[in-house]
Amino acid sequence: MLYAAVAVRSFRRYSTYTAATLAGIFTNSVFGLIYSYAYIELWRAAPHAGGYTTTDAVTYVWLGQSMIMTVAMWSGGTTDDLNERIRTGDVSIDLYRPVPVLWWYYAGDLGRATYHFLTRGLAPSLIGLVLFHIRGPATPAAAVGFAASVFLAVTVSFAIRFLVATTAFWVLDSSGIRLMSAILSMALSGMVLPLNLVPGVAGTIVNALPWASYVQVPIDVYLGRHHGTDLLAALGFQALWAVVLLGLCGWVLERATAKVVVQGG
Amino acid sequence: MSLIDVRDLARTFVVRRRNGALTRSRSEVRAVHDLTFSIGAGEMVGYIGPNGAGKSTTIKMLTGILVPSSGRLRVAELEPSRQRTELARRIGVVFGQRTTLWWDLPLRDSFELLQKIYRVDAARHRRNLEEYVELLDLGDLLDTPVRQLSLGQRMRGDITAALLHDPEILYLDEPTIGLDVISKGRLREFLRTLNAERGTTLMLTTHDLQDIEALCDRVIVIDHGTAVFDGPLGDLHHRGESRRTLVVDLVDEAPPIAVPGAETRKVEGPRQWLTFPAGASAAPIVAAVAASYDVADLSIQEPDIEDVIRQIYAGG
Amino acid sequence: MGDALAAYVAIARLWVRSSLEYPASFWAMTVGSLLSTGIDFVGIWVMFSHLTTYGGFDLRQMGFLYGTSQLAIGLADLVVGNVERIGMQIRLGRLDAMMSKPVPLLVQICADQFALRRIARIVQGGGVLIWAGWAVDWTPARAGVLVSMLACGGVIFFGLFVSFSCVQFWTADASEFSNAFTYGGASLLEYPLSVFPKQVALGLTFILPIAFANWYPSLFILGKHDTTGLPHWLELASPVAALVMILVTSTAWRFGVRHYTSTGS
Repeated sequence: MLYAAVAVRSFRRYSTYTAATLAGIFTNSVFGLIYSYAYIELWRAAPHAGGYTTTDAVTYVWLGQSMIMTVAMWSGGTTDDLNERIRTGDVSIDLYRPVPVLWWYYAGDLGRATYHFLTRGLAPSLIGLVLFHIRGPATPAAAVGFAASVFLAVTVSFAIRFLVATTAFWVLDSSGIRLMSAILSMALSGMVLPLNLVPGVAGTIVNALPWASYVQVPIDVYLGRHHGTDLLAALGFQALWAVVLLGLCGWVLERATAKVVVQGG
Repeated sequence: MSLIDVRDLARTFVVRRRNGALTRSRSEVRAVHDLTFSIGAGEMVGYIGPNGAGKSTTIKMLTGILVPSSGRLRVAELEPSRQRTELARRIGVVFGQRTTLWWDLPLRDSFELLQKIYRVDAARHRRNLEEYVELLDLGDLLDTPVRQLSLGQRMRGDITAALLHDPEILYLDEPTIGLDVISKGRLREFLRTLNAERGTTLMLTTHDLQDIEALCDRVIVIDHGTAVFDGPLGDLHHRGESRRTLVVDLVDEAPPIAVPGAETRKVEGPRQWLTFPAGASAAPIVAAVAASYDVADLSIQEPDIEDVIRQIYAGG
Repeated sequence: MGDALAAYVAIARLWVRSSLEYPASFWAMTVGSLLSTGIDFVGIWVMFSHLTTYGGFDLRQMGFLYGTSQLAIGLADLVVGNVERIGMQIRLGRLDAMMSKPVPLLVQICADQFALRRIARIVQGGGVLIWAGWAVDWTPARAGVLVSMLACGGVIFFGLFVSFSCVQFWTADASEFSNAFTYGGASLLEYPLSVFPKQVALGLTFILPIAFANWYPSLFILGKHDTTGLPHWLELASPVAALVMILVTSTAWRFGVRHYTSTGS
């Protein structure tokens, strides 16, 4: 199948940078180490903050490090290629291809995310397991739910990055917009601190925004904080954002195609 | 006294290759070996050879970027790798495919920066700039951002940039690559003037043999890491079996022409290409063809220098 | 030295002018940098909605550590941060072009693509530091230590950036490796060193002297005592650490350049 082939090719492409992957794993692990000790102190001073135990919190740190590259927090992935192709005008070739552009790039990004999850996701977690005895998935249902949740996290992140990349159709240099998007991902995903620690209305808001799907939701699912229908609701929250944002991608792409056709590329 | 003095120069690289998941093999590759030549002040030398022959390795050693494995190397009486910065003030380098100019800023700004980098005194800088702007016809372009320049204009900018500090030696790597015929011609004309008036020594690596024919009195051909020819361009023709070509346009299409002393290499409709040794006279062959066929037109092509060099590679 | 500095300034100025050719991008990136480097402090601030002291430090004192850490890495990042791009410069062949110019290679690499927007981290860290410094009981000695700390902190991070980037002379695509020490080091210094295990504290004092960039002098300025039981004079030893760092860095740099000129790859 075509999309599978695209995904596999993308997986292979990223797997050629061995030194970069190793360097990245090392860096993620160093940050994992730093935040683990920082969190341990936090939970010593405020036990059960956000409803997490200290072990939960340390597990949160290492899974969070695993998600950075998987959801391409700082941008990157096939959407960067798209951005570049829009800038150079090569995108008109993509638009006339018989394959829908959105699914083409989505498949490629899934291949990339799979590679990053298996290398830069798993490897630091193993180090966390050895050094800090981080928890395994709470239940078999939590394990399956986690897998689904990571997939949805990549999908939501892809859709947002895709939207950001397509701004290049309308603005000359979209690097500022891309930086802003990366900042929102970093601040609102639960990467810096679990979103459950944000007090009051602000906490409710950040937990409802799409970025919560990146880190907060998958880890909560993994830790077994959602059971039964609540688990389905958590995945449903991610799926809802995925559908809404992908729909938006399709609409934007239609507008962009019309624009390219009018201007002749 | 020679300006560039290369004796028994060698450079070996260690190549590690992965054979499988765990095993790796280590082998040594001789990029340059037994290379000896010397270039006097004011010479214009073409340094040519196929890709991977050792051209850029040599240039890197001559500019001090790469340390030789063995041999002796002196440029302007300096040892390049040890005295790289000192040498840098006395040479200019132009890479045909890479610009060193500031993409988003007017040409003028790049030139002003170079004055500071090379610490050229203001009067000399102004004098040089005026002269090169005049010679290379850059006057209207000084205030244009580099990104808006054509390839040819940018190359002229890059050459000016490499010359503002009055280098004794100018290394040019593929200076005419991608340029149109007119730009190429102007550039060659300029380089000839530069050499004649300032006595700048030119060393040129190129795939365009017309550059060599137009500019260089002397050619060094390198292959498999060592010089296989060093001498005047004219002598290249005597090396190997160079052949001239007789192009015959017949009135009608015909089977390949067979006349003594010549070989038919190609047939395309009524046009045929015959080759014969460069040393032999064309007259008897032309006569023989005209006697047996209805000829519409005839022309003779001199030996192609590329062919000659290809033969040297093959034989060397 | 003076010539090298003049060359640095001349090259950097052109890059600043270059980036101002696209003012919208420049400002978007600067504001973005301001926000992105500030996220961590927002995290610390949220943390304090669950506790009143962290490792014996109140919010303002945490702000002091945070501000000094940001200033140390910010100064180094602004001036030499681009050294991280060595690998790319090698791949693009630009390193060779730089080597044929009569300006020290390090100066050219660091000044290349000089990004004024990096001043954002200094502004943001400086702002937090001023806010935090309000509560400090200033004496002439403490003010003197502050000045020395900022200078030494910058020098220590300068050393981290340059030394660890030298790895790229061997493996050109491992640029992320140095991030673990530069950005990782700065993140670690945002927390009191006492929350980390003793081995970490010892390592960052005697092996990789990052702790001198803000921890020890901050103890002096804030009138606090190290709980790790190390001697008090370390609080004033930052200049020694900075000097050691300069020696190590210049050795690493020479070693790296020698490797490059002897392999050319």
